[in-house]
Amino acid sequence: MKQVSDQEFARNLRVRALRMVHKAKASHIGSCLSIGEIVAVLFNGFLRLDSKQPNWPERDRFILSKGHAAAIYYAALSERGFFPASWIERYCENAAKLAGHVTMGVPGVEFSAGALGHGLPVSLGMAKAAKHDGASHRVVVLMSDGECDEGSVWEGALLAAQYELDNLTVIVDYNKIQSFGRVSDVADLHPFAQKWEAFRWGVQEVDGNDCQAVKAALSEAPFTPGKPSVIIAHTIKGKGVSFMEDNILWHYKSPNDVELANALAELEVN
Amino acid sequence: MRAAFVETLCTLAAQDTRVWLVTGDLGFSALEPFIEQFPGRFLNAGVAEQNMMGMAAGLAMSGKIVFVYSIANFPTMRCLEQIRNDVALHNANVKIIAAGVVFTYGTQGYTHHAIEDMAVVGAFANMTVVSPGDPIETRSLIESAFKTDGPVYVRMGRAGEPVVHKGPIDLPFGKSILLRGGTDITLIATGTMLSDTVAAADQLFDEHNISARLISMPTLKPLDRDAIFNAAQETGAIVTVEEHMISCGLGVCVADALMEGGIYTVLVKHGATPDMLGKVGTQQYMRSQMGTIADTALRAITAKQNKV
Repeated sequence: MKQVSDQEFARNLRVRALRMVHKAKASHIGSCLSIGEIVAVLFNGFLRLDSKQPNWPERDRFILSKGHAAAIYYAALSERGFFPASWIERYCENAAKLAGHVTMGVPGVEFSAGALGHGLPVSLGMAKAAKHDGASHRVVVLMSDGECDEGSVWEGALLAAQYELDNLTVIVDYNKIQSFGRVSDVADLHPFAQKWEAFRWGVQEVDGNDCQAVKAALSEAPFTPGKPSVIIAHTIKGKGVSFMEDNILWHYKSPNDVELANALAELEVN
Repeated sequence: MRAAFVETLCTLAAQDTRVWLVTGDLGFSALEPFIEQFPGRFLNAGVAEQNMMGMAAGLAMSGKIVFVYSIANFPTMRCLEQIRNDVALHNANVKIIAAGVVFTYGTQGYTHHAIEDMAVVGAFANMTVVSPGDPIETRSLIESAFKTDGPVYVRMGRAGEPVVHKGPIDLPFGKSILLRGGTDITLIATGTMLSDTVAAADQLFDEHNISARLISMPTLKPLDRDAIFNAAQETGAIVTVEEHMISCGLGVCVADALMEGGIYTVLVKHGATPDMLGKVGTQQYMRSQMGTIADTALRAITAKQNKV
């Protein structure tokens, strides 16, 4: 596999996700673009995975709990050889292998997500089992900020600390826009870090669109022995395409031909 | 039934280290034998059923055989989407044990009356639904749940249900038990209504000289269609008996099977109805509000006689 920088990998994933949602006329491109760097770092060597053995027992577990950002996740799995690139071409088509939300049965996918607030409880079970079995793999969950409205997130947060699951890392894509408006206007999460700290988690806040910062935080986890870790990743929804950035419209809209061309031009695709 | 469950689970856990028990902060003075013997494989998820069910799925995806225990509607309705998406969709090896279903908690009010659970949970793919009729059926069904890879829903009483069967039985999923032969009518009981149905069969014979076939049908899904077809063809009338809403329980499943099989018979459903909502009382009082099984059977016999 050709080694690329995390930044270059993120750019590549953004391009692929844009092409996928354009072809499929699918939604959620803004939610894909915000996590470009996070997904790139995770799948550019950070996670211990083997595409030839997707069910390798010692693999790290990754759950994309914000399952609506499936396109960029699928792009990463495809780039890492979990399944043929031809599957990407048929994203969301009739009888396609890849659905609009992350769905089981795809090599590399641990868990189906689309209904929010499911990833943390399931990952908690995985982390608890790993601790019990003396296994060394990590469990990493990527959630959205709007997802943190769900009560099940806080049920899981409470119990993960109780079980002292320091093999569990949550990343929150804090792009500050949820489905119907700004997070601060809908159900403000502020003070967000303090909420997690109060739940007895180790917390780091990073620029989630900075690969080095994301990688550093992931590498430092667990931040406190005996505590689960949360990385609050401050990101920009639609990051990388100027007219999509920080704009709720791109939670829903699919780019037309002109918009795709403009977006790809910004990402310097020849 | 609850004691039989805990006892059986302890035996299985001693045999197989993959067996775990998760509770939603319930089971005080019942689960202790497991907790004392296998503390590392017991988790109290607190009063948080959504997280409990998701966590159970995560444990199962890590190779564990997870029994989730709670009471009444709490391990089903409160975490229904987790059962649907995390457990059923992924065919996760999670066994949901709802104790004190139906009107066990009759005096506690409607929040504690689990009378729609079989329909709701049974709607999901991959899900087996069972309802043991006595402690002996409970033992066998818990063993079958352990042996079966995939999700199982077990609804059971916890009111000290009497032993009906005379000795140990082997009860694979999808099989019913013929408790006694009969030619005039068939009573098919599921779960906690079994002992009342036995009494009703006695009453029908003693007071009305009616020969009632009696079948215990603990598995609602998959259904023992052969036993139903034979009952319809050989006795010409069926009464289904369940402590569940009759609009969506055993009776409807039996009717569905008969229609698909092209078999016409009299079928009367005995169970809970919407007019019982909001009523309060002991389990026996609540059951009396459903009418008597014998009266329902007599209605079925009349319908059979009037059938053209």
